[in-house]
Amino acid sequence: MSILISPETKIMVQGITGAFGGKHAQLSLDYGTQVVAGVTPGKGGQFFEHKGHKVPIFNTVAEAAKATGATVSAIFVPPPFAGDAILECVDAGLDLAVCITEGIPIKDMIRVKRAMSGAKTRLIGPNCPGLVTPGTGEGSKGGCRIGIAPGYIHKKGHVGVVSRSGTLTYEAVFQITSKGLGQSTSVGIGGDPVNGTSHLDVIKLFNADPDTKGIILIGEIGGSAEVEAARWIKANCKKPVAGFIAGATAPAGRRMGHAGAIVGGVEDTAAAKIAVFKECGIEVAATPSDMADALLRAAKAKGVSLA
Amino acid sequence: MNIHEYQAKALFEKFGVPVPKGVAAKSPAEFESALAQLPDAPVVVKSQIHAGGRGKGTFTDGFKGGVKFAKTKADALDYAKKMFNNTLVTIQTGPAGRKVQTVYFTQASDIKKEYYLAILLDRASSKPVIVASTEGGVDIETVAHDTPEKIFKVLVDPAYGIADFQVRELIFKLGFNAAEGKNAAKLIRNLYTMFWETDAAMVEVNPLITTPTDQVLALDAKVSFDDNALFRHPEIVALRDLNEEDSKEIEASKYELAYIALDGNIACLVNGAGLAMSTMDIIKHFGGNPANFLDVGGGASKEKVVAAFKIILGDANVKGIFVNIFGGIMDCNVIAEGIVEAVKEVGLKLPLVVRLEGNNVAAGKATLANSGLALVSGDTMADAAQKIVKLVA
Repeated sequence: MSILISPETKIMVQGITGAFGGKHAQLSLDYGTQVVAGVTPGKGGQFFEHKGHKVPIFNTVAEAAKATGATVSAIFVPPPFAGDAILECVDAGLDLAVCITEGIPIKDMIRVKRAMSGAKTRLIGPNCPGLVTPGTGEGSKGGCRIGIAPGYIHKKGHVGVVSRSGTLTYEAVFQITSKGLGQSTSVGIGGDPVNGTSHLDVIKLFNADPDTKGIILIGEIGGSAEVEAARWIKANCKKPVAGFIAGATAPAGRRMGHAGAIVGGVEDTAAAKIAVFKECGIEVAATPSDMADALLRAAKAKGVSLA
Repeated sequence: MNIHEYQAKALFEKFGVPVPKGVAAKSPAEFESALAQLPDAPVVVKSQIHAGGRGKGTFTDGFKGGVKFAKTKADALDYAKKMFNNTLVTIQTGPAGRKVQTVYFTQASDIKKEYYLAILLDRASSKPVIVASTEGGVDIETVAHDTPEKIFKVLVDPAYGIADFQVRELIFKLGFNAAEGKNAAKLIRNLYTMFWETDAAMVEVNPLITTPTDQVLALDAKVSFDDNALFRHPEIVALRDLNEEDSKEIEASKYELAYIALDGNIACLVNGAGLAMSTMDIIKHFGGNPANFLDVGGGASKEKVVAAFKIILGDANVKGIFVNIFGGIMDCNVIAEGIVEAVKEVGLKLPLVVRLEGNNVAAGKATLANSGLALVSGDTMADAAQKIVKLVA
């Protein structure tokens, strides 16, 4: 089992004919992911070809979904058009839209989020690395890779990883794999202040997934999403959870790369979030090198095997 | 992106948000003609820098106050001359301060009462929020902490915009009389329109004032914009003042590098914002002090790495460099070759610790080891951080 996606999930790529979208569509095909359609307005009827794969391209998301049965879209559309691309997924009734695009205006996301209220479609991102459910092949091939994460660092297993940051997700995944353990699913929810799926949403899914035995929750300065997730964990989650918060040394008022990583007040500093983690029984990683070890400590304390 | 008060007030006027009459001057030659455009004294003389706390700031030559009340125009001229080209240090500028290159003269206002008004994003609800308080002209975070009941918030539905009942709610809570309320309602609506239409990240008016004749005015104006939306606002981009930005940060932005100068001595070069932040953290954890935040992005090409090294070395405080790259998709060997060429090109003399992980890492490490450069390899982030802290100590 896994959350949100499985090796059987059929995906489409919006922006498959762009350099970035095309490259990652190729890597996903190499990983064994069911990339069944591409969407580029005006290029419908053409094909995206890669090592024997021949992926049909459609003009619209709705056409792609209808013709191929794809239920998930990976969005690689430039920032001015990305909000619209997300809404197209909602209109087509997809289960999941994963928006990789970085640099979408906040106002666009405010409007998109409002328009998605009550909709069936779940959004992950924007400005995120996407998600990976590892497969059983060599280098975890045969899994479902949506987005830009390196597939080969994964290993099929039982640790759920959720993070706003791409490279920190990879760091955690790599540490888990290096210890001989593996992941159920790793999810990058993105570094923007307005995003679709929160830490808490993913934590709830991991908690309900029988195949996820332990969770690594990676957050950063800014906002209160990690605090909200931690309080829920304290009240509802019996699984071992390790946490890390990036940005302890970030000065107030400066945006640290991610649009969301900015300290506004006393509540969203790293120190405040770490204090809440500890209070909620989350094992805190002292440094980013300590994330997998922190989870092992949490698992040991609860007598849980992560293997 | 931030703008100056005088620019923000020009935008306010454009959107129908009343402000006291004011004229900005960018050189001493303009002072007298600027003052002549104001009807009469008293005049408030305001240093224009992108930092708060100006009124309580001190210039590096000892002159006190970046905002001065002048009873006569002659006094105003005198204050302006003392401020211009002088460096103002406030609680927000850091010890280096900011050079004042524009002076803003405004008509002094009769103040009946001061209020606070701001519009920004409420992250929890993903909606714009209007924040108002009866306590204006003071530090709003202190008000929020000590007397939270004096702060009022209204969430705006982005699909509908601000509703009449919400404006009325604010007016009643702030305790305006009927005439003030009518003026304030118009101001709040217009300020929201400006926030929304210009893709502002935050609009803050502190203080908002009422006058003895029941006028409602924005006495100060602080506005910042969403960088991601600047592509559709050339009129806002035109307001950018490069003098207010760190020259290294401007240089970095040309290469699509995210760089922020800090005050430590260990420079960092990292791919990914989250990893870059935690690289700073881990240096601090082991007793060192990071000199910067630097995210080279996913690509980490040779050109970017060279540019990044040059920017880092432009900081005279730097005593050592920590390169931390998780090459997920990119070949670590390509990154290693980039680092070696960059180090040779810039003639690096400082200690350098490199931690490489990811795709084809063995070849990458071999390239570094065989380069003949005096660099140190770290296996994990913790190992590398400890090594650079020790080398710099």
